[in-house]
Amino acid sequence: MKRTWPALATLVILTAVLELIGQKAWINPSLLPPPSMVLQNLIEQASDFKTAFTETMMNVLIGYILSIIAGTLIAFVFSLSDLLKRAILPFAIFFQTVPIIAIAPLLVIYFGFGAPTVIASSFFVSLFPIIAGTLLGLESADSSKLDLFKIYGASSWQVLIKLRLPSAASHIYGGLKVSAGLAIIGAIAGEFVGGGGLGAMIDAARTQQKVETVFACLLLLSLMGLMLMAVLGLCHQLINRFRPYFRT
Amino acid sequence: MGIKISQLKKTFQTKEIKRNVIRDLSLEIQAGDFVSIIGPSGCGKSTILRLIAGLEEKTSGELSLSDSNARMSFVFQDANLMAWRTVYENVALPFELDESLKSITDKDALILETLKKVGLDHVVEAFPHQLSGGMKMRVSLARALVSRPQLLLMDEPFSALDEPTRFKMQEQLRELYLKENMTVIFVTHSVFEAAFLSNRVIALNGPGEATDIRLDESLAELPKVRPDSLRTSPELNKIAERLRVHGVQS
Repeated sequence: MKRTWPALATLVILTAVLELIGQKAWINPSLLPPPSMVLQNLIEQASDFKTAFTETMMNVLIGYILSIIAGTLIAFVFSLSDLLKRAILPFAIFFQTVPIIAIAPLLVIYFGFGAPTVIASSFFVSLFPIIAGTLLGLESADSSKLDLFKIYGASSWQVLIKLRLPSAASHIYGGLKVSAGLAIIGAIAGEFVGGGGLGAMIDAARTQQKVETVFACLLLLSLMGLMLMAVLGLCHQLINRFRPYFRT
Repeated sequence: MGIKISQLKKTFQTKEIKRNVIRDLSLEIQAGDFVSIIGPSGCGKSTILRLIAGLEEKTSGELSLSDSNARMSFVFQDANLMAWRTVYENVALPFELDESLKSITDKDALILETLKKVGLDHVVEAFPHQLSGGMKMRVSLARALVSRPQLLLMDEPFSALDEPTRFKMQEQLRELYLKENMTVIFVTHSVFEAAFLSNRVIALNGPGEATDIRLDESLAELPKVRPDSLRTSPELNKIAERLRVHGVQS
């Protein structure tokens, strides 16, 4: 509680200020709705929001998990083969610089409307930080520990599994945290063009000028991000309790 | 295990500079020797150890071990422990990596026995962050000794320790050396450490300047097991003085 009260206090103050601005109509509520209006909208359309939230959450989770698996495997391969890394990594970096919103229409052409496009979009956006974080971690293993493994004649696989991977834990965790947020961004971009979930709800609300619905969706997306971060934090704590992987 | 070095040369070269760290070094180390290599920073002490361990490639010359299949261990300046492994698991590491040790059946007993030798059998389940600097170094020593090496290479292993711990570790190392019947090559900055531990000192004062100082005669006056009281004895001071006469100033 000691650590969270400043954030909670900020939330309460900010909510009160926004409510006051809305109630006094200092800013037009159709542009900046007061929190009570957003809350009311959430309650009135609870069923729609629940369906959209679940759909987006499922797509985010699938895209995110796929990017964790693929990203880790790609980083493994890159760490074992310098040639492959030098041949492919520059293109991965280049691909990362292309905005997902520009690629999303292509994904609809390839995967069709609905979940596949959203999952693919979430996957592509969250993939690179996992590759970068894992690879950086795998390559940052201490040189004297690498010497120790060399003296005992360890194979490349043993070095990877018994030294590089555990040494990379903190970097991997960092990459996972960055990717969690990006997976949501990717899914929403995918839903803008592929339909479904909170992304489509935002898009529909935009065309109908329902700003309170847009804000309600944003609130739910923030909640989704917080949930993912909380799960990651919990995993971090649990792992650290049994094995100090995150110590150097 | 003996080591023969002849006309050894090691040059480190980058785009900008070329540095001869070792030049025309020749020496022979007999099996069972405790040799200290001493000299100022950058004179190539650690490079010699790394060349022997196969961690560096020589530029030219000869470096041969009397038994190329002999077991070798290395103790680094830093304890070099895996933070995510317990004391037991850190000591067990050589058995997991070294193919030649896979056939050993009583690994568990060996690990516990080695941990007992270094006085750490009560912390087998502890993680490195729960240990003091001296304890970490003893785990490192146990990991090096668990495979019963014929050659033990040590690169300033006690330099980061406080004085009482360092003294204790030196005595323990000396005892283990006598028990295990191995060849030890020990890199240090300290004249007193070299005098206290070894029966031979190689003093390096530059790439081509190596003085081989045999302390055997002086050491005949010292007991094999060297107690703490020996540190203030006139005999040890005499040996340290002899090293200084040979130009060892570190």
